[in-house]
Amino acid sequence: MNIFPKMTNLFLTSLIITATPLFAQSQNSLSMNEQINVLGQTKPIPVSLDGFTGEAAEVLKFDLYVQGFSFVAPDAAQYQISGSSAGDVTGRVTDKFAKKVVLSRSYNGASMRRQAHAFADDIVQTILNKPGIGQTKIAFKAQSAGGSGEIYVADFDAHNAQAVTTDNTIVAKPAWVPGKLAVYYTSYARGNPDIFYHSLSSGQRRVIAGYSGLNTSAAVSPDGSKVAMILSKSGSPNVWVCNADGTNLKRLTTGLEDSSPCWSPDGQWICFATKIAERRRLAKVSASGGPIKTLNTAGAANPTEPDWSPDGKWIAFTRQAGDFDICVMPVDGSLAPAVLVAGQNPSWAPNSRTLVFNHEIGHRQVLSVLDVFTKQYKDCVRANGSNSQPAWAK
Amino acid sequence: MKMNKLVFPLVLVLAGVMATTGCKKGITKVTPLPGQRAAQIGDINNGAGTLPPAGTFGGDTGPGSTGTGLTTKTGGGDTAGLGEFEGMIKDPAALAAYTVHFKFDSATVQNSEQANIASVAQALVSDVNTKLLIEGNCDERGTEEYNRSLGERRALALREALAKVNVSPERIRTISYGKDKPADPGHDEAAWAKNRRGDFILLHPKAGV
Repeated sequence: MNIFPKMTNLFLTSLIITATPLFAQSQNSLSMNEQINVLGQTKPIPVSLDGFTGEAAEVLKFDLYVQGFSFVAPDAAQYQISGSSAGDVTGRVTDKFAKKVVLSRSYNGASMRRQAHAFADDIVQTILNKPGIGQTKIAFKAQSAGGSGEIYVADFDAHNAQAVTTDNTIVAKPAWVPGKLAVYYTSYARGNPDIFYHSLSSGQRRVIAGYSGLNTSAAVSPDGSKVAMILSKSGSPNVWVCNADGTNLKRLTTGLEDSSPCWSPDGQWICFATKIAERRRLAKVSASGGPIKTLNTAGAANPTEPDWSPDGKWIAFTRQAGDFDICVMPVDGSLAPAVLVAGQNPSWAPNSRTLVFNHEIGHRQVLSVLDVFTKQYKDCVRANGSNSQPAWAK
Repeated sequence: MKMNKLVFPLVLVLAGVMATTGCKKGITKVTPLPGQRAAQIGDINNGAGTLPPAGTFGGDTGPGSTGTGLTTKTGGGDTAGLGEFEGMIKDPAALAAYTVHFKFDSATVQNSEQANIASVAQALVSDVNTKLLIEGNCDERGTEEYNRSLGERRALALREALAKVNVSPERIRTISYGKDKPADPGHDEAAWAKNRRGDFILLHPKAGV
């Protein structure tokens, strides 16, 4: 679809016409922004950014870029963003179609970064009519060259990273409890890969799965009541499900080798990676048990690491064709998977359009944030060593 | 343990502020953000939980554990309870010569590895007080959790191979390190071939038992 070039023409001519009909066009453009999202091919919304310096400018550019905005000169912008970060952040957004200030706000308290994130969220809410991701959190694994590491939590851009664990052992696959300051993760602290539940508010933790063999890849159901995971206690790595506290354990799959379960947002399905006839496939199984159904990922070889978007529409995963690539496909199979960028371990943001993932730079993993519609991505700051397995708090 | 300011409540407060204030043309609204510093989750020093003392988790843990449901059938089946291995002393050198290697992306024990399997079996047969830990490992060409499962499957395949030569699976514990514990840190086929492996760690009874 080529609506956007047309929109640009409309926009350029609109500058010399009166304001009233332009307002109608502006409203129109809002709905178009939503309608024409195509994986990897959507044109970013051109905005200009003036008056911000240092961290505030850096935060605004990062946040907006990974939510589908691009930065252009003021006269080419659909929205002009201007303001100041001297002292506190103050900003305004002018809709160039409507010749109208659509957002004007100042912020105080917290930190400069936090104020800029809050302004970015207000910009996204105003222009896209959807909540921004600027003040959301991620958890991830930071690993030294020797293999040991810690679980960290941080702002979504990996700033303000703080270690959750201090075990100096192998850790893996953190997962947030939806809406709570709590995570599950895998730790080898007891000499075996066990799944821990860890409250970030109290600092208390406990093992919820410490069976013989593999206990890993905890994934929390959207309502927080269940945990899916991989256990090998019955002789092969399979998907199991239990209550949030580890009780009521039930085996869901019996294949040779399963990994990386994730939940559908309605809590009905668990999608996971499996191996059928020695080929890697994605499949789903009812959270209450039953036969598995394979997903069609034709065109994306060796799929693993699925993650179901919070709006239920998409499944992101990693394909391996030599190197690793981030792919996204519609859950209903109406489109072939789109291969977006090199990387692994995709995790959806609450907005169902941005992913955090990791990719290799100089044999170390670096976290990066990707807007799946425009394919725009930016690398995050790196905590200690290699950073991987990010999980976006929802 | 001091509890620091939490982030999510702040986000909720902020969302509430945004929802109630809205924006009118030309009027600058102020969004106050609580605190003078970035809100923090937990505390770097206090955030990590304390592990239960070692004595409290002998055996399988986790509610719903079926750790007592040991099986005597050969291969497959439930793995032995972790408690059976509590406190045993690791001897990585004893069987280091018998490390088994695997083909890319495969957990099939190759015929060429049968001599190693036989040697490990012999060591276990000759001392009935010993047990065995099998460590499954992968090269870096696979995603992390995929490799963690592949490494476990390799270790379990070796356990089955030992069961076929009459080593009781109850004497064998498996652990997968995925690609987190390479034998060779290199990034070429020579290194990968070394890293696709199952290491055998002989376990001796703990002192005084």
